[in-house]
Amino acid sequence: MSTLPPEPAVPSSLSERSSRVVLGVSGLQTAVATPQGRKIVVDGLSFDLHEGETICVAGESGSGKSMTALSIMGLLPEPMAKVVGGSIHLEGRDLTTLPEAEMRTIRGSEIAMIFQEPMTSLNPVLTIGRQVREAVLAHEPLSRREADARALEALKAVRLSEPERRMTQYPHELSGGMRQRVMIAMALACHPKVLIADEPTTALDVTIQAQILQLMRDLQKETGTAIILITHDMGVVAEMADRVIVMQHGKIVEDNLVRPLFAAPEAAYTEELLAAVPKLGALAGVDPVNAHAGTAAAAKVLEVDDLTVRFDLRGGVLNRVVSRVHAVEGISFDLHRGETLGLVGESGCGKSTIGKALMNLVPWEGSIRVCGEHVLRARTAAGDRAYRRNLQMVFQDPYASLDPRMTVGDLVGEPLVIHGLASGQELQDRVAGLFRRVGLTPDQMKRHPHEFSGGQRQRICIARALALSPKAIIADESVSALDVSVQAQVLDLLKELQDELGLAYLFISHDMTVVEQVSHRVAVMYLGQIVEIGTRRQIFENPQHPYTRRLMSAVPIPDPARRRAVFDVPQGEIPSPVVPIGESVSRVRYQDVGAGHLVAVA
Amino acid sequence: MSVVEIAVTQAPAQEVEKGAFARLLTRKLALFALVLIAVIVGAALFAPWVAPFDPNEQFFEGLTLEGAPLPPGATFWLGTDLLGRDLLSRLIYGAQTSLIIGVVANGVAALVGASVGILAGFFRGWVETVLMRFTDLMMAFPALLLAITLAALFRPSLWIVAMVIAMVNWVQMARVVYTETRSLSEREFITAERSMGAGTFRILFRHILPHLLSSILVFGTLGISTTVLLEATLSYLGIGVQPPTPSWGNIIYENQTYFTSAPWLVFFPGLAIIALALGFNLLGDALREVLDPTQKGRH
Repeated sequence: MSTLPPEPAVPSSLSERSSRVVLGVSGLQTAVATPQGRKIVVDGLSFDLHEGETICVAGESGSGKSMTALSIMGLLPEPMAKVVGGSIHLEGRDLTTLPEAEMRTIRGSEIAMIFQEPMTSLNPVLTIGRQVREAVLAHEPLSRREADARALEALKAVRLSEPERRMTQYPHELSGGMRQRVMIAMALACHPKVLIADEPTTALDVTIQAQILQLMRDLQKETGTAIILITHDMGVVAEMADRVIVMQHGKIVEDNLVRPLFAAPEAAYTEELLAAVPKLGALAGVDPVNAHAGTAAAAKVLEVDDLTVRFDLRGGVLNRVVSRVHAVEGISFDLHRGETLGLVGESGCGKSTIGKALMNLVPWEGSIRVCGEHVLRARTAAGDRAYRRNLQMVFQDPYASLDPRMTVGDLVGEPLVIHGLASGQELQDRVAGLFRRVGLTPDQMKRHPHEFSGGQRQRICIARALALSPKAIIADESVSALDVSVQAQVLDLLKELQDELGLAYLFISHDMTVVEQVSHRVAVMYLGQIVEIGTRRQIFENPQHPYTRRLMSAVPIPDPARRRAVFDVPQGEIPSPVVPIGESVSRVRYQDVGAGHLVAVA
Repeated sequence: MSVVEIAVTQAPAQEVEKGAFARLLTRKLALFALVLIAVIVGAALFAPWVAPFDPNEQFFEGLTLEGAPLPPGATFWLGTDLLGRDLLSRLIYGAQTSLIIGVVANGVAALVGASVGILAGFFRGWVETVLMRFTDLMMAFPALLLAITLAALFRPSLWIVAMVIAMVNWVQMARVVYTETRSLSEREFITAERSMGAGTFRILFRHILPHLLSSILVFGTLGISTTVLLEATLSYLGIGVQPPTPSWGNIIYENQTYFTSAPWLVFFPGLAIIALALGFNLLGDALREVLDPTQKGRH
């Protein structure tokens, strides 16, 4: 296996930190222009980054983490935002005073950056090889042939499979994980002294995340690059950091080595942040309580039998169906009153498609019964309305799922208007009641969605879903976009509502720890099929299917004392659910390993 | 007692409505736009009283001894044209024609284009195929040729010309609105509406149309100058507004060859067209911002 050529001074080990400071930030102040005037978003930030060291900048959204990264890179969107104070020293030069032309030579060659979204950070119309080659040529006077060789070398260094073929491929032919590897290859192609990674794994699945984190660690050992890793995920911090800087409202609240920080946080905010992080296995040995399980009304609110969703893919000259995406393949499950069923799996496994099929938003086959009534595939508005009163949905992104032009009061009242259940003063009263129920105040009804924070918006979405007094709510990644502390509050609200109203939740998520927190029962999905289903304790304490185990082992543990030397994650990606026409997908069969714990057998 | 209650309950609603108009009036550019539009509309409505002369009367003293038109002066404020007619009076009467073309024809074009775009973008399937292929066909067809054909079929009159222009000009609007509707329909809040059981009408009129208004307003006002000039082209070809009825477009076309010797004959009507387009453009822009709740507190 070929690797990047080693830099001159490779530190023998990370703990034995070399004293050479690569990047020194002192008293950094960054301001942005807002309608209310100038606002300081990074306030007095100071730290020294040593060779071969990883500093994690942690904090919730709006804490100024990303602004810090952009300030160092000189990529602030001027004149809306600019550095107004302090200095950033890279090997004797103050980056804040350098002209743009000189900054350009430093970017990429001495400080490189990788971004959160590997889908949009690559140019879709250029081949991978060309993009990596250009990253090299921008800084080094090489011939095309030499640059190509360097590009290939860089792709090999990030352990991309079949690097020669990848050189000729376009970004859309690669998966998200592979694209992030390409981004890292581009960033490291010129052997920068500092690598800034802004949430590099947030958009990736846990198993891919583990692979990428492993890769960053390996490369750091080989090249001695210093890393600034910006993340909101305390699990990632615990796995990666030598030192941690916790930020809040643009200020450093704590700056410490990783172990003491996790073991005995000094600042109250750090303590709060760590306490809010759900830990996998934290509920081991505890039976979930269903307040409504014993009652006579513990009926099945949702029965799904042999649900199948396929999407046609057309192609060829005649635009005929050439293959199908088998998004969901023969799924069956029940959901009882007062129960939460966690549906967990990685992107592309079909979990969100199930939610959409249940809401009749995509064509489906099989049988769905809501409160005993069959849902008809024929999509008549009247028929749809009848069952939608019992089944509602809360979407992932509270920013996108509310019409920005309507007042939140109108939005929450809309289901009642659509179903003709209330109007005039009664409508106002009921909406006000819903607002109070989810922890908002009725005087906020006249405002628009953009005036609320993410957590408040998700509360608004929940209020809207509650308006029709449904028996079951589908929560599709409903807390994934929220900060951990807000996430915990929203989960508490959902739990409260469940205990009070006997709501059943189908909780769709990619996050194993959150699923463990909320679920009574859990179903693990892989490639459109359920591979394992059982109670929370069955799944989390006695996982049987290899995929379930793989998912759980990939979750980063927010405890640096238990840091894994090597992530025990098999390399590779989930195969494609696209199947040529005429071929069928083999259905899994289940084996009962005890007390309703079903596991797929090959 | 009851009076107090009514006052209390009604206050917020009034505040919102007044808020929008009051906010509009606080913008200098919006005020300027309103003044421009008021002047032009006023001139069109009260032309017989405002205009100093009859627009079609050829004055003997309106030409030099050599027969050249007069530059702007004391009698004829904006000068005279090649036939010795008063340019100012012609511009004032021409405002009627140009307003009808610029506002009515353009308005109809915007309405047709927006409707086609929304329907095609929202319903997709065969509706989309039929409407958009037809739009493409209309786009590919030379607009002028189409206008000439249509104008030849009907006897030219101001209203026919307006309709012909509308029939030619709706395609760009349809394209723009279609693309935006398509991307709007894919947004999650529309999916959320569907999942609540909202019907087609509700989604179209309460959730999609309000988001399209800004594009429609901006694109619609941009169309004003194009339509006014298209009318001029038609006049020039003899199928537009028939002489001697003045329109800003045909004044320019009549006189464009004398641009170097009598520049005022092109300059003033050009200025009038710019003023009309600018007025509606600025007003549209201001309206868009004032009516957009997500812009509240941001200006």
